Amino acid sequence: MVAPAATANSAPRRGPHRLLALAPPLTLLVVGGPIAAGLAGTLLPAFGHLPALGESGPSLAAWQALASAPGLATALRLTLATGWLATGLSLLLALGCVAFVHHRAWARRLGEAMAPLLAMPHSALAIGLAFVIAPSGWLVRWVSPGLTGWAVPPDVSTVGHASGWPLVLGLLLKEVPYLVLMLLGALNQVPAHAQVQAARALGYGPVQAWVAVVAPQVLAQVRLPVYAVLAFSLSVVDVALVLGPGNPPTLAVLALRWMSDPDTRWLFPAAAAATLLLALVVASLAVAWLAEGLLRAAWRARLPSGERTATAQRLAGAASAVGAALLGAAGLAVAGLALWSVATAWRYPSAWPSGATLAHWQRQASSLAGPAWTTLVVAAASTALALVLVLACLEHESQQRSGAGAGTGATGASRGLWLVYLPLLVPQLAFLFGLQVLLVRLQWDGHLAAVVWAHGVFVLPYLFLSLADPWRALDERYSRAALSLGASRWRVFWRIKLPILLKPVLLASAVGFAVSVGLYLPTLFAGAGRLVTLTTEAVTLSAGADRRTIGTWALLQAFLPLAVYLAAAGLPRWLYRHRQGLA
Amino acid sequence: MIPRRQFNHLLAGATLAPTWALAQTTPGWADVLAKARGQTVYFNAWAGDESTNAFIAWVGEQAKARHGVLVQQVRLKDTAEAVTRVVAEKAAGRSSGGGVDLIWINGPNFLAMKQQGLLYGPVTPRLPNFRFVDTVKKRSNVIDFTTPVDGLAVPWRLAQIVFIYDAARLRNPAELPRSAAALLAWARRHPGRLTHPNVNNFLGATFLKQALYELVADPAALQAPATDASFAQVTAPLWPWYAQLRPLLWRQGQQFPDNGAAQRQLLNDGEIDITLSFNPTEAAVAVRDGLLPPTVRSFTLSKGTIGNTSFVAIPFNAAHAEGAMVVANLLIEPAVQARAQDLDQLGALNVLDLATLSAADRARFDVPAAHPALPSAAELGTPQLEPHASWMTRLVAEWGKRHTH
Repeated sequence: MVAPAATANSAPRRGPHRLLALAPPLTLLVVGGPIAAGLAGTLLPAFGHLPALGESGPSLAAWQALASAPGLATALRLTLATGWLATGLSLLLALGCVAFVHHRAWARRLGEAMAPLLAMPHSALAIGLAFVIAPSGWLVRWVSPGLTGWAVPPDVSTVGHASGWPLVLGLLLKEVPYLVLMLLGALNQVPAHAQVQAARALGYGPVQAWVAVVAPQVLAQVRLPVYAVLAFSLSVVDVALVLGPGNPPTLAVLALRWMSDPDTRWLFPAAAAATLLLALVVASLAVAWLAEGLLRAAWRARLPSGERTATAQRLAGAASAVGAALLGAAGLAVAGLALWSVATAWRYPSAWPSGATLAHWQRQASSLAGPAWTTLVVAAASTALALVLVLACLEHESQQRSGAGAGTGATGASRGLWLVYLPLLVPQLAFLFGLQVLLVRLQWDGHLAAVVWAHGVFVLPYLFLSLADPWRALDERYSRAALSLGASRWRVFWRIKLPILLKPVLLASAVGFAVSVGLYLPTLFAGAGRLVTLTTEAVTLSAGADRRTIGTWALLQAFLPLAVYLAAAGLPRWLYRHRQGLA
Repeated sequence: MIPRRQFNHLLAGATLAPTWALAQTTPGWADVLAKARGQTVYFNAWAGDESTNAFIAWVGEQAKARHGVLVQQVRLKDTAEAVTRVVAEKAAGRSSGGGVDLIWINGPNFLAMKQQGLLYGPVTPRLPNFRFVDTVKKRSNVIDFTTPVDGLAVPWRLAQIVFIYDAARLRNPAELPRSAAALLAWARRHPGRLTHPNVNNFLGATFLKQALYELVADPAALQAPATDASFAQVTAPLWPWYAQLRPLLWRQGQQFPDNGAAQRQLLNDGEIDITLSFNPTEAAVAVRDGLLPPTVRSFTLSKGTIGNTSFVAIPFNAAHAEGAMVVANLLIEPAVQARAQDLDQLGALNVLDLATLSAADRARFDVPAAHPALPSAAELGTPQLEPHASWMTRLVAEWGKRHTH
């Protein structure tokens, strides 16, 4: 057994070990504290309790106001339809793309090519996409008036269409690459290659083999990312503001509209709407969980038919074509923003700007420095904070698993660690107002530390999600071999585990960094509006609607996480250029 | 050795302050200036307009150089964000040391803060420059949406509804719709080429108020708070008019631009032919910034259009109330108002009574040549007073009931 040896060995080094035991409860406090306090601060007003506004409840008036709000039924339908459609389509398309490419040599490179898209803030992509698909937008300008005869843009609805399809499209741009990356990552955790080879030896095509054998396994691995996509799609605010319908909008936008109404009595129905949104998300997650069980049962019943068919191959090919089109649309969105940022004037029906100028960049240059620096500091600090906590939790877990930490009493907190995923599943709107009241009470609002903390709440789950599997999947025999050679656990961590897992750690950090850069509402609420980041500035400017200015800020906002991602992807490749399998 | 703070104070008093500021002041103003020195004022202002942001930055430089007051603009997407913040602070029991020092505010936001006692003041009697403000002919400087300001907010720019069109597309000025009835007739001839901002946006709500002004039998009724009975009776002609207009609007009235800037973008994109603005100089400024073609022109309605005033106000718990007062006083200084009105700077109409100014200060307001996109003084006429804020709230709610399904 390893345990006694390790205990004897680490006797003088109990310090870090005991500290590790604190990691799970500390992590839960950092993430769970703000959410619990924030939810309370939202639920209480929803039931009529907010003494500052002279209401001490309990009452159902807020719910009555919500129920009688015009268009509520449509808003609910719209929220559910767009949220589920975006999630379902993203998952199907991502599965199709991965099934189509997994056995090809360039599969890995595809993942790497898609990853930078994740670094693009949602709002920036949405703004770019709006220009591409608008009736006076780029696509129409290419063929007008030459082919279409449209001297003025056609009066048809695209952006903001009542059905919400542009919103779904905007969500797909980010969610399909996200799920593809998650699926590709999960592939490394199952012996996919060998299983597909075995199935192919039985006469199945590569896609059918993958879909039948590997897909159910990787799907179980990406359950959480899918749930996160579902929760996000149902409660998204910034993309819905740009691409979604306005009359009525989705439930999240409706809640935000009331929350920012000058008449503070609207805070009560706003809190009720935020609570309803929370209920909607929880119910949707439950349905997703049930649906997965049913689908699995149906799948298993169908599998033994033994039929060899090319249908899966064709469907996966189609999904990949759609995936490629989405990449193209995202590329156009970014290119459009880039062109706007250097355009002198660019009016319908000109396909290209009438001239190029660097004036917008020059004008923005001076106002850029401060926000860019704040963005960098907050993102780096929150990612570092989250990384330390996540690594400590995972290390604690792996030591417990190997027996060294048995009986330290932290198992309860460790088991509760799934709670760190709450920020991915709870709508931001449902707890940010309550969180703001808490921060003000502590006099922490507007301080850098408060913003770093608020960002950490959202960065941490992504880090945990990205690192848990590689960490748990690491062959324990590496550590055992080192321990048996007399190395301490501390040394094993630094010399064995971290170097082997450097690539996932760096990539996870890049993801965390990008998440932080893209956060709008948490920055606004915790920063008391005083901490200006590239994202708060870009979203604020988007209300001013000068596409040239929006272009500069959105591009800058996208550049920072992209640079970090490229560095994170390149560093292990350079460090391990003389080693195989680590880079 | 003189402490540095005091030294700066001496220096400012001796050399930097213009002579007229010393000539006439208000009791206690020296105290305010002394306390303000070294404070950082968090100026919460809607930031969707770059010229305004640049102007606030310039005012900040002035405040720093002349009074040692630092100004930090807190850039808002919506003024209500600042109101919500003050409410949250009150909820947390913070009655001093608040995070908001100065808010650009008017209308329902101002009414909400005044009603809930969230404002500091009265401040206007304490500001030396307030004596230049026109409180007689520019009534909206002291009565905001029929709510008496009671000195709780300092006026700093005037606003009035104007309509903007592209003369390259609408070539016949005689055909411009200058009344509610004409708007409907024009929309019949040009379906899909007219719209208004989302009614949840203040400019969208103002479009409805403007139409109500046009259609109501007695506009005086709008100056009293709306009741269930008066609202039903007064707005009776509005809804049939709007029901006829809506299907003729852009996107058959199923969609609306989010705000005035988004609607201006639609005009620039050629999706519509007419937009509206609360800033009479908007067309000229937008041409200057390349946001609209140089062929745009402004017009108003023949019965006149609604005008109001933008204020700055200080929350009850502001941490830097003195600094905020110094900034507010600076905003109504004649030289600063003249710069604000300069089309090359901000292009915001001044709130002053020019007759009270010295000849030198008055000369600052002389415009060399009018921009073709500017409406003439005759075109603007006397602005109509904003209806009581309750009309706007009810109009938005009623529109929602009738047109959101």
